[in-house]
Order: sequence, then structure tokens, then C-alpha cells
Amino acid sequence: MAIPDGQGRFGAYGGRYVPETLMPALLELEEVYQRTRRDKKFQAELRHYLKEYVGRPTPLYFAQRLTKRLGGAKIYLKREDLCHTGAHKINNAIGQALLARRMRKPRLIAETGAGQHGVATATVAAMFGLECEIYMGTEDMQRQALNVFRMRLLGSTVTGVDAGSRTLKDAISEAMRDWTTNVRTTHYVLGSVLGAHPYPMMIRDFQSVIGREARKQILTAEGRLPDCLIACVGGGSNAMGLFHAFVPDKKVKMVGVEAGGLGVASGKHAARFEGGRPGVLQGTMTYLLQDENGQVNLTHSVSAGLDYAAVGPEHSYYKETNRAQYTSVTDDEALTAFDLLAREEGIMPALESAHAIAEVMKCAPKMKKSQILIVNLSGRGDKDVQQVARIKGVTL
Amino acid sequence: MNRLDHTLTQLRAKGEKALITYIMAGDPSLQETEQLVLELERAGADVIELGVPFSDPIADGPVIQKAAERGLRSGTSLRKILESVRHLRISTQIPIVLMAYYNNIHAFGEADFCRSAADAGVDGLIVPDMPPDEAGPLRGPADAVGLHLIFLLAPTSTASRRAYVAKESGGFVYYVSITGITGAKLHDMAGVRDNVAKIRKHTKTPVAVGFGVATPDDAARVASVADGVIVGSAIVRRVGDHGQDGRLVQEVGAFVRSLKVAMQPV
Repeated sequence: MAIPDGQGRFGAYGGRYVPETLMPALLELEEVYQRTRRDKKFQAELRHYLKEYVGRPTPLYFAQRLTKRLGGAKIYLKREDLCHTGAHKINNAIGQALLARRMRKPRLIAETGAGQHGVATATVAAMFGLECEIYMGTEDMQRQALNVFRMRLLGSTVTGVDAGSRTLKDAISEAMRDWTTNVRTTHYVLGSVLGAHPYPMMIRDFQSVIGREARKQILTAEGRLPDCLIACVGGGSNAMGLFHAFVPDKKVKMVGVEAGGLGVASGKHAARFEGGRPGVLQGTMTYLLQDENGQVNLTHSVSAGLDYAAVGPEHSYYKETNRAQYTSVTDDEALTAFDLLAREEGIMPALESAHAIAEVMKCAPKMKKSQILIVNLSGRGDKDVQQVARIKGVTL
Repeated sequence: MNRLDHTLTQLRAKGEKALITYIMAGDPSLQETEQLVLELERAGADVIELGVPFSDPIADGPVIQKAAERGLRSGTSLRKILESVRHLRISTQIPIVLMAYYNNIHAFGEADFCRSAADAGVDGLIVPDMPPDEAGPLRGPADAVGLHLIFLLAPTSTASRRAYVAKESGGFVYYVSITGITGAKLHDMAGVRDNVAKIRKHTKTPVAVGFGVATPDDAARVASVADGVIVGSAIVRRVGDHGQDGRLVQEVGAFVRSLKVAMQPV
């Protein structure tokens, strides 16, 4: 059965929980998307920009020293950090900007947490000559000051959101309010497999290039499929991007890594599957961190990109059907992994991706040397260097 | 008969328009909410809309967002709001409609919530992030206890959405007068008139207009084209301004009286 269904449902999850004002725009987007995804000209255009502008395909790199150090499974890194702008986010931003052009919407808006999606959207807006406004929580603007400046250099307006927890969740609410007000001229470039249908499906499709490439590359390198895939999960677009092409390969285990923050027991985390239950936030039914009255909880993570109270609905579906396993690692474990990858492989991961590496550190040693593990290195760590220095008590 | 239907039918028979006033429950406290409801009725409100504070109100502008934050700080929950409605029913039979985001209802449990709300004396439900397409889990339980599900239409709604939503909506159809969030400015009265007329082709249910109705003049203009006028942010702003200075009830009452006077048929 193809998921999602016609109502945007992945089993019990997904759907379209939005104000009526947005319903016509979502229905139009779905219709245009369904038409263009089958359009050879659109696909050729998308392939062109992914190759010539983003730099795809990204390498699948065998991390020899990390493998040796951990002493178990062979570890391959899918190098999304080498994409233009430094993360997988641009795969989706390009796709949606092309759609916006087809819908003749001259203005793009986006939310951003870590700033990577904001930078990706600002970048494609510059390249296609579209107006662009990015919403970002003021707490995140502080944590990711470098990315704020990058977006402004690219010609975008960055608008701080000072409501609620002043992070990604509040930026999404504000972007939805902007979209509700300016829907006739504006396309909302949502950055992860979240929100109302068709976003989770459409963004999954745009990101699924990651897994299609990785599948081909591992078959070339090893002559067989991997035993396990690992990716961090904030909204979950890099994980869905890696997983999607492998979903029918039942023997390939898939592991999503959430932000454990200061530890799930502390209450300061973003581990939705461990600490949450199904609910509706910002357009979709999915696992959500909430109190007994259905108020959304504040979250914590060292990584702004994982610091969000809900998870993409398709992940909730894979969790419920046991097609994927979900786990969490703490801030400290992610920081240790950040150091390890820098020193063993000369690659500084984004703090988001460092969560996936931390999970590799736990499970690779338990696997046989003949087994293969692919981890999505979804972004590079340049944006996090200042924050890591601050945490280590180093003044730059 | 549902109190909402009763009131709207009576007003229609008299050739009058309904004044529907919104306040946020628990802002500044549920005790004051109860006092405000009684004052709104004395000042001429025909229907009370009680907002349920939610942590992430995507359909609301800054005025109602801040009211929701105050409501949450005073410890307001859906259960406590239902207790207040039950308490209010000792002294008033004015129709009461709750405006709640879906997650609060989902956390309560759809069927349990509909039973509890009807039992407390709630007449209808507006869920701004739940279009009728997603209302399946509420439809059965709401119908079973005679609780109206009131849906919204917007300037962006297409003809097919208008037909569908108008048919699904009970009590009244809530026409959102602007493309935007609560508290924005109303400037396209001709558009409002056209859209209300289009909605009326699909249903005999009264059509009320809200979002952006801020002054007695706005209320008068909207009353001339619709069956009901919904005023929210303009009242909630006054609750915010006077919540702590002892003149709360008096200030809100005076403003609502001015709206009601402006809406009287000439």
C-alpha cells in the first residue's frame, strides 16, 4: 500500500490540521506537486540543479579509522555535509523553489532551527531571484548567529520570533501565520517532513535522493545491502531521506536518533518517542511531547535542529509498525562523538549529525566486522564551532 | 433545542443581528472570566465564545497569543473551563461556544470531551485547526449530545470548499473576513458582502463574520451584511489592559455596549 493515502495519512498519523484559510493552498500545492512529480521536464530540471548546483551525488565514504577504532561493523558515511550550503536541507529547498516558480509565487518564507534550512532557502531564493523571509526563534538566533548573518548576506530578511520557547516550534507557528496572511503570493518552504499534507510526503520525496544514491553506492562498493542505517531525527527529513529507498528491504535495520538532551529522565530533552504520545501540532497528527492537558512541552537539546516537540508523521508510522527503531543520545554523548569524528576522520559533523555518530559509537562495536552500517552525515559542523568552544569554555 | 439555535432563530425573527463576543478563558483568572461572561450578557452580547488557552495557537495574532499565555499562567485547563461553564449555567442561559485547538480536545478524549462539554452547558465548538475534512472523530460524539461543530470559511475558500464547509457547519458558519490571523485589520467590506452572499446560497444556517472586527463602526458595517458579528481581539486587548486595575468588568462592558448600540437596525 502506498503511503500516505489520499488524505495524507500514514496509518493513524499525518493529515491536514490547519485553518481553513490554508486549505485551498494545501490542496493546490498537492495538485501541482502530484502533476509535476510525474513531469519529465520538472524531474530533469531538478536533477540538473542537484548535480550542477548542489554537487550531487554526494560520496558514500568508508570511514576506515573510525571503523578500526570502534572495532565492529564497517562504517560508511553518507556525506550530505558536502552539499552546497553544508547540509541535506538544500535538496528540499531546490525542489520547493522550482514548485513555487511553477505556481508563480514570487515570495518564499521558511522557518529555521539550526539555520541550515534557512540558509538553504535563502540560497535558492537568491539563485532563482525570489523574495525571501526567514523566521527564527530568538534563542536559536543566539545559538546560530553565524547562520543568521549568512542568510542576511544572501539577501533574505531574518525575522526573530520572541514567543514561547523562542525556538523552531515558535518559528514554524509564525511562518504559518505569515503564510495564512500572504498565501496568495507566498510559498511556504517547510524544511522537514512535518506539517500538513502534502508537506511530509513531498519533502520525503525530495530528500529520498539520499537513500537512492546510498543504495546504489553501497551495492557498488560492497556488492550487497547494508545491515543497518542510522540517522538523527529532529523533524526527520535526513533520516526519511536515507531510509525511504530501503523501506522495502526488510533485512535492512533502520535506526532514528532523537535528542536526549540532559537525559530523558531530566525532562529536558526532545525524545518524542520515549517521552511523548500522539497529538496534533502545526498541521499534523504525530508523536508529540505534551502535558496531560495537551499543552506542548518545552524541549531541550544542544542541537537547535533537533530541538522540536513533534516528529514527522511517517516516522510515527514506522515506529508503530516496527519498521524503524528509535533511540536517543544525550548532549554529552553527541559532543563526544563530535570530537571523535573530527579527530579520527578529519570531519566535523553538525551537532545534529553528531547524535547519529554517537549512536554509531554504541552499536558498531556490538556488530560483526563483516556487517555494514551507513550513517547519514546530514550536515557539517562549521556552524557549531563557536557553540562547541563556548561549551568547552574556550574564548575565541 | 440547542441554546444557540434558539437565540439565533429569535434574533432572525426580530430582524436583529447576533453580537458574538470572544474572551480567553482564564485571562486573568477563571473567576474573572465568569464575571466577564455575565457582564457581556448584560452589555448586550447574544452569544459567548470562550477561548481555550493553547501553547501554540497558529491561527491567532499577538493579542490572543498573549491572552493564551496569561490563561495558561493562571492554571487554566479545559476541565476547569467546563467547571466554570457549569457554574455559569446557574445564573445564565446565554449560548456558550468554546474555541479550542484540536490537541487540547484530543488529549481530553473526543467522546469524553463532547459528553462533558454538553453536560456542563456548552452549545457549540469551534476548532480553528480542524477543518471538516479532519472532524471525523468529533462528529459522532458531538451529534450524539447535540453539540454544534462550527466550521470556518475564508476569503481564499473555493466554491467547492464553500459548499462543503457550509453543509458541515452547525449553529452558524464562521466567515473569516480577512486572509490572515485574528486581530488584523478589516478593509474589504465589499469582499465580505460578496462572500457572505455566496455562502448563503449553500445553507440556511446563519453566517457570522469575525477576525478584524474592532470598532463599533466595523460592527455596524458587518451587521448590515451578515447574521452575526464576532468580536475577539478588540475585547481581549481591553482585558489585557485592565486585567489588573480593578476596572476590568466596567471597561469591557462599556465597549461591548458601544458595539451593540452600533448594531441596532436603523
